[in-house]
Amino acid sequence: MGDLRSSVQVPVTVLVNGRSYTVDVEPRLLLVHLLRDVLGLTGTHIGCDTSQCGACTVLVDGKAVKSCTMLAVQADGCSVTTIEGIGSVENLHPVQEGFWEKHGLQCGFCTPGVIMAAADLLRQHPNPTDEEIREGLEGVICRCTGYQNIVRAVRYAAERMQSADGEVEVAATAGLDRGEGSQGGATS
Amino acid sequence: MSATVFGSQVKRREDPRFITGRGRYTDDVQLPGMLYAAILRSPHAHARIASIDTSKAAQLPGVVRVYTGADLQDRMGTIPTAWLPPESDIKTVAHPALAVDTVRYVGDGVAMVVATDRYTARDALDQIHVRYEVLQAVAEQELAMAPGAPQLHADAPNNIAFHWKVGNATDEVFAQAEVVVRHRIRQQRLVPNPMEPRASAAQYDPSTGELTVWVTSQNPHIHRFILSGVLGVPEHKLRVVATDVGGGFGAKIAVYPDEALVGFAARDLGRPVKWTEDRREHFLATTHGRDQVEDIELAGTRDGTLTAIRVKALANMGAYLSTAAPGVPTILFGLIVPGPYQIPYAGADVYGVFTNTTPTDAYRGAGRPEATYLLERMVDLFAREIGMDPVEVRRKNLIPKDAFPYHNAMGLEYDSGDYHRALNRALEMAGYADFRARQQQLRAAGRYVGVGCTTYVEICGLGPSQVAGAVGFQGGLWESSTVRVHPSGKVTVFTGASPHGQGEETTFAQIVASKLHIPVEDIEVIHGDTARIAMGWGTYGSRTTPVGGSALAVATDRVIEKAKKIAAHMLEVSEADVEFVDGSFQAKGAPQRRASFQDVTLQAYLAWNLPAGVEPGLEASAFYDPANFTYSFGTHLCMVEVDAETGDVTIDRYIAVDDCGRVINPMIAEGQVHGGIVQGIGQALYEGAVYDDQAQLLTGTWMDYAMPKARFFPNFETAFTETPSPHNPLGVKGIGETGTIAATPTVVNAVLDALAPFGVREIPMPLTPQRVWQAIQNGREAE
Amino acid sequence: MIPSAFTYERVHTVDEALASLAANPEAKLIAGGHSLLPLMKMRLAAPAALVDIQAIRNLHGVREVDGQVVIGALTTHAEISAHPVVRSLLPALAEAAAQIGDLQVRNRGTIGGNLAHADPSSDLPAVALAYNATLRGLSPAGEFALPADGFFLGPLTTAMPEGAVLTEIAFDVPPAGTQSVYQKVPHPASGYAVVGVAAVIGTDENGCFNYVRIGVTGAGDVAYRAVAAEAALMGQPPTDEAIQAAAGHAAEDGVMGEDLYASADYRAHLVQVHTARAIRRALP
Repeated sequence: MGDLRSSVQVPVTVLVNGRSYTVDVEPRLLLVHLLRDVLGLTGTHIGCDTSQCGACTVLVDGKAVKSCTMLAVQADGCSVTTIEGIGSVENLHPVQEGFWEKHGLQCGFCTPGVIMAAADLLRQHPNPTDEEIREGLEGVICRCTGYQNIVRAVRYAAERMQSADGEVEVAATAGLDRGEGSQGGATS
Repeated sequence: MSATVFGSQVKRREDPRFITGRGRYTDDVQLPGMLYAAILRSPHAHARIASIDTSKAAQLPGVVRVYTGADLQDRMGTIPTAWLPPESDIKTVAHPALAVDTVRYVGDGVAMVVATDRYTARDALDQIHVRYEVLQAVAEQELAMAPGAPQLHADAPNNIAFHWKVGNATDEVFAQAEVVVRHRIRQQRLVPNPMEPRASAAQYDPSTGELTVWVTSQNPHIHRFILSGVLGVPEHKLRVVATDVGGGFGAKIAVYPDEALVGFAARDLGRPVKWTEDRREHFLATTHGRDQVEDIELAGTRDGTLTAIRVKALANMGAYLSTAAPGVPTILFGLIVPGPYQIPYAGADVYGVFTNTTPTDAYRGAGRPEATYLLERMVDLFAREIGMDPVEVRRKNLIPKDAFPYHNAMGLEYDSGDYHRALNRALEMAGYADFRARQQQLRAAGRYVGVGCTTYVEICGLGPSQVAGAVGFQGGLWESSTVRVHPSGKVTVFTGASPHGQGEETTFAQIVASKLHIPVEDIEVIHGDTARIAMGWGTYGSRTTPVGGSALAVATDRVIEKAKKIAAHMLEVSEADVEFVDGSFQAKGAPQRRASFQDVTLQAYLAWNLPAGVEPGLEASAFYDPANFTYSFGTHLCMVEVDAETGDVTIDRYIAVDDCGRVINPMIAEGQVHGGIVQGIGQALYEGAVYDDQAQLLTGTWMDYAMPKARFFPNFETAFTETPSPHNPLGVKGIGETGTIAATPTVVNAVLDALAPFGVREIPMPLTPQRVWQAIQNGREAE
Repeated sequence: MIPSAFTYERVHTVDEALASLAANPEAKLIAGGHSLLPLMKMRLAAPAALVDIQAIRNLHGVREVDGQVVIGALTTHAEISAHPVVRSLLPALAEAAAQIGDLQVRNRGTIGGNLAHADPSSDLPAVALAYNATLRGLSPAGEFALPADGFFLGPLTTAMPEGAVLTEIAFDVPPAGTQSVYQKVPHPASGYAVVGVAAVIGTDENGCFNYVRIGVTGAGDVAYRAVAAEAALMGQPPTDEAIQAAAGHAAEDGVMGEDLYASADYRAHLVQVHTARAIRRALP
């Protein structure tokens, strides 16, 4: 408060979704604002500002971080993956696919962050139980889904990624997915 | 694709854009030359503004303009209230978009900065110097009504905003009752907290005079209607867009000062302007929900028959009456107080009270959760009083299925139901009798498990318009739909409903696909843009499917009707002899004479050879006004365990059996139930907005206000029964609010059941571990 | 929420960091930023300059030296909770680090930042006390090494010298045969500890307690060692009564705080309950 300070811009180079950007930014520019306002990557959202909700989650050097709690200058020299870069409609990441298959989203606003956080959760725990998924999602808040279908989505992705590891199992996966899907609304 | 697409689990059509980060929410709108607004909000709950000095802020490089209330008071209108319950002596008070001389709650807008970027706009707020003369403030409705309380508005003595009464329950009924249970309940204040904060962007085109406003709205046409008046921009020059909205839960029904300010500034400055609240602002400046104090009496007989219920409720309205707010604790609450039971006498007596707090308005369920909570808590207390199992009390009093249509004591006509079927299904899923036996054993071992039950009915499908008028809603409650069939047979659907997460881009496509026998992929559902949709009333009150979906069904039938005429002409048979079977029009009795849907749609546009009197093209609209409300119902059961040492509550199982009539997409319906349950449990166990005695909000971020998180819950067990509604052509009811309505009392009843050995009758919500622990301590001391 | 403007400098050595701090007394160090940035965004903190120490190379990692596990200040919570040395020798630290914030926070937040920030509801101070950690660093006056016991002076206040850089934290590996656990009551909203109890427990051949160190965090303005409870437990047999009785003293060495979520009485009660639970859980 009070005194106004001059804000000398500093150059930042980041590799975002495989593309290198060098831009001059105010040191106080948050990474999320660099992505959204400067680079126009509006898939990453801001939900809470106090580092609770995880809507702003992106991968920095492969690890999930909250881009509202990181300065753009701190990402200088880093590789950033956003929701726009993790997969495409034609070639969905297994977590994205899981969210679609299992109705893991409603309004979609938290979804990009939840997907990015879930991707890192599966990197750290490739085969989590439902309970581990719920614990692992501590850093995301969803107001719509009640989380159950997010848990299903992450489990779907885990199964998908596990079987993709061994190529021989790929064929079996489809059957597995159908089996899970048919359980539908019952408790699982 | 066959008609079975109605009722089947179709993957959502809206998802690809959301899961790849291509949704377009309001804050995503970026336009060349766009400016950013930030709003200075009062730090005081009640104060006179002695002076505002904006000079320093205005000089900050990048600041384009600073507005104060004084600048605007003659240039734009005030924010109105749009629900005026009849015979309630309601005092609507003007809410200026920026305070002119008095601020009445923490968060009340005082000044707006418009700057070239977000950061500068935020910095400039710190450079505005406001001198306040702080006044006494009051946050709590009972205190606000007491003599000597600070008065918010000159024309609302004792801070009473309205007084509304309904029902037939008299003192005599209670005086003569065998058993009367009396209880006081506080429904704490909640903050809706959709994940997307509110935002607005606006662009003015001086060459056409058209103002486009993007806004986080559940009802863009209502926004257009009201903003048109506030801004003085005629409706045909005002476009409101709310395509992708990140959840609303009632908080995005209201028209707020903020979007009016953004629209004003865009026109005034001739440049696009955007404003997005941060979460702290959401807590202060977006409407809250609930906040009632209720004194309830429930009468019955020793054999378990309920005879009368009445409630005196004090509803905290906050500092102003928000758009739909007065309807929430009156119409949407009072009329449903007798719930799903045959209770001949019922009454509600409601005061709406002004306080120095953020205005309240609809929050998921809006009135119906409050009514259901008090009723279901009272039924449990009554059961305890007469020594009967609470489920048996419910079973005994539920309206039997052959009593429909049923008129409740308030005059509502419940359309259809089989309440006992849902109850029995839930009990069966839960293994209720076994649980009761196990509960006894566990208690003996010092473990406290409990089961809670709620049987509920809710008013949904808000409509018809005649009723809207009768209950003082300043709008219609019909819904519009246009079905435009393109020459190739692909279809664009336009709906006046405005889904924001509920999945109607899919379920509405399913409705049309099942009627036209075309793949859902051939149908696009357009919503949330007043330039593309003629008129509509939006998404709230679980009305989108029963009212908006029905409008769509009617419009689709009209398309088929016209197509049949063309097909008959093509097939050279009379119209009466054409039937539409599996996607083809065919001659009755001669199915080889047929024309595919696409053949007919193409001919409709080529128009080379149309029957006499038939215009080219294939498109139909419907403005559908429903016959009446429709009433979803169900039974929820929950099993909890309480850690008596710490007060922690663990939800072991949660069972939901809901009946929303015919289910269009079970996956989506189940998702609505899941989300609703979590919000309902949020009220029961976690959430609560707390003001101190100076009306400062103490729970103003997600660091203090506990949003439900994934690890708080087990997997829920859900099921549906299907009792079609006779009130609409699809036989559907609403499902968006049932979870929230049912879950709160279910969980609280379960916790209190677990604590019955300690004699605990009441724990104020949210049932935090400390409160539970304290109640156990008190119970132990009483022993 | 947007922080006030500041100047920013990235340093690559501790000496550079010290020089920057010396040159600008209003500067603050930033590493992961998960303690500082939230405060700055709410404008509760507005440092004129930030000195980013993330790039200092030798402040990173876990190594075992002479009966101690030494952890570089810039090591993240995620790295610590997953590290095999920490998991086997300092299980309570692994357990606590795995419960800090959430997955994203643990990827960015560092042990040094966490301890130097001294949030009274942070998890790690309890563990640092229970493991008799030493916090080492450099100040303009030279090297310093401060025991955890006495390091935390109050909310956001430590015994660190002005203008200093915390470089590493050395945890005593407790005697063979001891068990250690971290028991936490997370705040449902913030995830911070309403109460957190770290206990290192050893028993002799008769099963009686012969090693007890208990650290408590979250309960008040400052983390503390539950010395009275430790003393009460020493030499006792591992009976429910003895544990219960000792845990009853666990709130005596701290001043219980109060907030909307938990009163001082309830916090004291939670400290006692969770101390007992921690001890029981640590029994072989």
